Amino acid sequence: MLSNLWLLIAIPAASAAVLLLAGRKADRWGHWLGVLAPAASFVLGLIAFFGLRDLPGRAAEQTLWTFFKSGDMTIDFGLLFDPLTAVFVLLITGVGSLIHLYAVGYMAHDEGRRRFFGYFNLFVAAMLLLVLGNNYVMLYLGWEGVGLASYLLISFWYNRPSAATAGKKAFLMNRVGDAGFAIAIFLMLAQLGTVNYNQVFSQVGALTTGTVLVLGLLLLLGACGKSGQFPLQAWLPDAMEGPTPVSALIHAATMVTAGVYLIARSNPIFSANSTLQLIVVSVGALTLLMGCIIGAAKDDIKRVLAWSTVSQIGYMFLGVGLGGGAYALAIIHLLAHGFFKANMFLGAGSVMHGMQDQVDIRRFGGLAKYMKITWLTFMMGWLAIIGLPPLSGFFTKEPIIAAAFEQHDAWKSWVFGGAALLGAGLTAFYMTRLFVLTFHGPKRWTDGQHPHESPAVMWIPLVLLAIGSVVAGGLMASPVAKWLEPPLPAAPAEEVHGVLGHTAITVLSLVLTVLGAGLAWALFRRGTALEPQPAGPVVRAARANLYTDAFNEAVFEKPGSWLTRALVYVDNKGIDGVVNGLAALVGGGSGRLRRLQTGFVRSYALSMLAGGVLVLGALLAVRLG
Amino acid sequence: MVKLPPMDYAAIMPLLILFGAACLGVLIEAFVPRRARNITQLLFSLAAVIAAMVFVVKRAGNVTAANAITAGGAITIDKAALFLQGSLLVLAFVSLLIFGERTLEQGGAFVAQAAVTVGSEKDKEQAAKSLGSTEVYPLALFSLAGMLLFVAANDLLTMFVALEVFSLPLYLLCALARRKRLLSQEAALKYFLLGAYASAFFLFGVALVYGYAKAVDFASIHTAAAVGAGNITLLITGLGLLAIGLLFKVAAAPFHVWTPDVYQGAPTPVTAFMAACTKAAAFGGLIRVLYVGFDGLGWQFTPVLGAIAALTVMVGAVLAVTQTDLKRLLAYSSVANAGYLLIGVLAGGQLGLQSVLFYLVAYGLTVIAAFALITLVRDADGEATHLSRWAGLGARSPLFAGIFTFLLLAFAGIPLTSGFMAKLSVFGAAVDGGQTWLVIFGVISSIILAFPYLRVVVMMWLSEPGESTPSVSLPGVLTSTALGVGTIATLVLGVAPGLLLDLADKAAAFIR
Amino acid sequence: MSLSAYVPIVGLFALAGAFGLFSVAAAPFIGPRRFNRAKLDAYECGIEPTPQPIGGGRFPVKFYLTAMLFIVFDIEIIFLYPWAVSFNMLGVFGFVEMVIFIITVFIAYTYVWRRGGLDWD
Repeated sequence: MLSNLWLLIAIPAASAAVLLLAGRKADRWGHWLGVLAPAASFVLGLIAFFGLRDLPGRAAEQTLWTFFKSGDMTIDFGLLFDPLTAVFVLLITGVGSLIHLYAVGYMAHDEGRRRFFGYFNLFVAAMLLLVLGNNYVMLYLGWEGVGLASYLLISFWYNRPSAATAGKKAFLMNRVGDAGFAIAIFLMLAQLGTVNYNQVFSQVGALTTGTVLVLGLLLLLGACGKSGQFPLQAWLPDAMEGPTPVSALIHAATMVTAGVYLIARSNPIFSANSTLQLIVVSVGALTLLMGCIIGAAKDDIKRVLAWSTVSQIGYMFLGVGLGGGAYALAIIHLLAHGFFKANMFLGAGSVMHGMQDQVDIRRFGGLAKYMKITWLTFMMGWLAIIGLPPLSGFFTKEPIIAAAFEQHDAWKSWVFGGAALLGAGLTAFYMTRLFVLTFHGPKRWTDGQHPHESPAVMWIPLVLLAIGSVVAGGLMASPVAKWLEPPLPAAPAEEVHGVLGHTAITVLSLVLTVLGAGLAWALFRRGTALEPQPAGPVVRAARANLYTDAFNEAVFEKPGSWLTRALVYVDNKGIDGVVNGLAALVGGGSGRLRRLQTGFVRSYALSMLAGGVLVLGALLAVRLG
Repeated sequence: MVKLPPMDYAAIMPLLILFGAACLGVLIEAFVPRRARNITQLLFSLAAVIAAMVFVVKRAGNVTAANAITAGGAITIDKAALFLQGSLLVLAFVSLLIFGERTLEQGGAFVAQAAVTVGSEKDKEQAAKSLGSTEVYPLALFSLAGMLLFVAANDLLTMFVALEVFSLPLYLLCALARRKRLLSQEAALKYFLLGAYASAFFLFGVALVYGYAKAVDFASIHTAAAVGAGNITLLITGLGLLAIGLLFKVAAAPFHVWTPDVYQGAPTPVTAFMAACTKAAAFGGLIRVLYVGFDGLGWQFTPVLGAIAALTVMVGAVLAVTQTDLKRLLAYSSVANAGYLLIGVLAGGQLGLQSVLFYLVAYGLTVIAAFALITLVRDADGEATHLSRWAGLGARSPLFAGIFTFLLLAFAGIPLTSGFMAKLSVFGAAVDGGQTWLVIFGVISSIILAFPYLRVVVMMWLSEPGESTPSVSLPGVLTSTALGVGTIATLVLGVAPGLLLDLADKAAAFIR
Repeated sequence: MSLSAYVPIVGLFALAGAFGLFSVAAAPFIGPRRFNRAKLDAYECGIEPTPQPIGGGRFPVKFYLTAMLFIVFDIEIIFLYPWAVSFNMLGVFGFVEMVIFIITVFIAYTYVWRRGGLDWD
């Protein structure tokens, strides 16, 4: 299998092609093909994964063909399968297959189900390309591919204006990040002449500090765009306009973690500059708090989960920013998050399925009795994310918080450790609020609701993901960390003692978690008002996404539209005038020349003769003149 | 006693196969029953082309400088000749598939008896239900064999014979359209008259060159030109006349005047065959004359041919702008493409040669697919080629409109299509060869030419389908294969051109 | 090689051209104008123009077909004659070549015969 890695990508890609090209004929069986493709890739991924164990160096690299070549620059279409890639492949195809299965049920009544599965498989193929490439151009290809799939799926219900707008918003904000990433690739080519991971990493030492900083910042910009991190976080919650399986797979479990992958993959670059690491850590800490605060004020079940995703990825950025052994911690948290967040999104989808697409948690309540399986599985996700032992969140989030405290500078320990700790408490609060308002307390349904459990095709993936949410963290925490080095750096041998001991941190975070959860339980046990209530400035700010959208509008959108209008004016008056003039000139010339094409052989022959005389004359003139 | 000169049969096998198959094809016409003729002829011609291809490929492995020239010095089977022959065979194979299509129209695209008076009772009868002529296959094989000989000719006389052998069947083929027969016959007559006129130029050139070099083979001409003794005016004038004959065939301005009329009038499968194969053969001959025969002149003719190239790209592009008929539009586009190719020829050297060889294959496959698609859009009177009739086609049949859009983008040279790679390599070679001024003309022309292409695209996708928008007929397996091959090749050569470029690079070597 | 030897020929061409031009240009001015039917008829080689149907003046296509076939086989004979004369010099090679040539013409003949090119109706 390790010599045929391309199959991993080719299977879902081929399936996507079949689904998108086959037309209505494939409507009857298309969705099953769509499920089968990622499942097949998963099996192949497993085989490759086990094959990796015995491989010297634990990495399989292969070049399929030369992608392009210009002068002494060569970019290969090459694949790399190493431990980091392996865990991503298994996450994408494993969780992906379950979500595909779920979508068979979820999309059963949608006319565009085949199209949906086509895009969905396209996404899987692009995401696999992203993690399997052995150079940054391959990564970029996959990066743009998932961006495209994400855009198509967010605006899947394209006749809803809000979905179409959300798709455009995601696309545009991603472009900002992608531009950064693209410039980073150009910089690599300019400075190092290569984009191959190994060659780039081995030459990082030769670069100046400034270059590394710029390169890292550009990559970080790309990562922030894709992963919904500050300042490019605004698109992710809006992306929930897409069907729920999309939110689960793309905007929770896999695509949005591509930024974390990018930074983890580029660890030699990021580890080479401490300023860079500080910036990554700051972005992570800031975003994780923002996500918690905004998430606590939202009433739309999917948006709460989306802000929670933003916040959890903040934890991962915190991890990869800390460097050293924390890279692996971030990846493990990413895997565990993939399970429990996908579980909760699908749970939310199941709730919406039973409640006629209602998304407002003020209109739920008391659903535990009617949707037992959804309730139980969601509970596992909830307990996992707030980090209650022995569920997976505890094993993966706790070490990141501890790592944030283990720093040489006391102020850094307090600032970043404190933020992570506070985030844990806030997470417990808003997730409990979500859980309680949805499943417990009095019924606050709109009229005519008959909640019911979803069909087996939907709850089987839920159960499997719930099991994953429970056990994944505990099982993976230490073996996977070891498995991931290399390519990720090992934890330094000397231990850094932060301002607080391990035990103290664990106790503190558990206390904060219980406090947050308890407070939310006490506040929302009896339900909530059906309309937004007047609130203090903090809540108002949180409801308005901490005014980040307003900021974007004031700072980027308004001046942007002024600039556009000015440019349009210049374009209309100046450039168009020139262009239209030229076009008229060409058109007029064409019309006049056309008259020479009379259709008479005699005039054709004459023009040939004239041409011949000219040619001969010119040749002789050149020769003799 | 006159003796047979030593013949390397392995080298000329493709030629023998094609000529033999063409003769046998005539016998098939004579003896096979009418109903079975089309399928017999089609399969037989395809088999002949494949057999010829096998020998070309086999030969490609063991061609050396020593064994290239054969048949008493009349033929050079060097690597460039083999590459061109292989390309011609591939392009002809795909075109022959369109020749064989019978599901679009009863009896296919060709008229059974071209001599029947247009509009007479008998004509109406045969338009409705006759089986259509199958002489087109032997004619195409004769023409193809002539082209194979043309690109491998080692002296000017062989070249002239080959030129006539591949031209005469083409004149006939042009006259055989089932629909719009007057247009078709007019086109054939024009093509014949002007072709004969151009042949006369060529032949006069041969005479003058012989007068100078006392020989017609390229090696002697090269040596004589390099020495430069005697009255060089004779040689220059001879070269000029030869060039006129060849530039007529490649459709370079101002010798392009026949192109739009003939492309429009000829049956569309024949147009596809001409646009792909004639262009490849004519350029194969032109590069051989310039690189092998007249290299000794030190490329003094570059400014004049450069002016022709510049004129050609501009005339083709500017005139394409106001065309309203798709076949005419593609004809002017073909003129402009001849100009781009000429730029590659004038780039000189290995790089120029490689770019031209690549361009010929890439353009040929795209243009065949484009004409194959034109055969599909039809109404009761046959193909609907007027631009206005294609309005709103995107809504009627998005698949075919999509493919055509893709092909037009390839013509316009948009990245990820073979058209882009081809233009890139040609222009790159020209800059490398110090002909930047030609590249500037080429780029301006490409920009102008993008306009008519995009106008068709806009027409297809953004206009509402009107009452007169014809439907797209579902192609039979033959046309779909041709269309598929052309389209996929356009994509593949745009995404991964490396393989063919390498092949062209290896083939870009003439043996004098 | 010098082209000066050809100057008289060029002179002759010029003379011929001038004569033609002069004759055509002068005729309307100096010639008498007496029309009769025969002068307005199409010029035909020895054949008396026969009355044609309205819009006619056409020969059946068969006429040209037969004429062309005649030329094809006529040329074959013209090729055969010099070959026969110098048969001894050309030897086996010449013989084989000529057989191949005859075969190709024979193939064309077969085609014409089978497809009814030799039937008048």
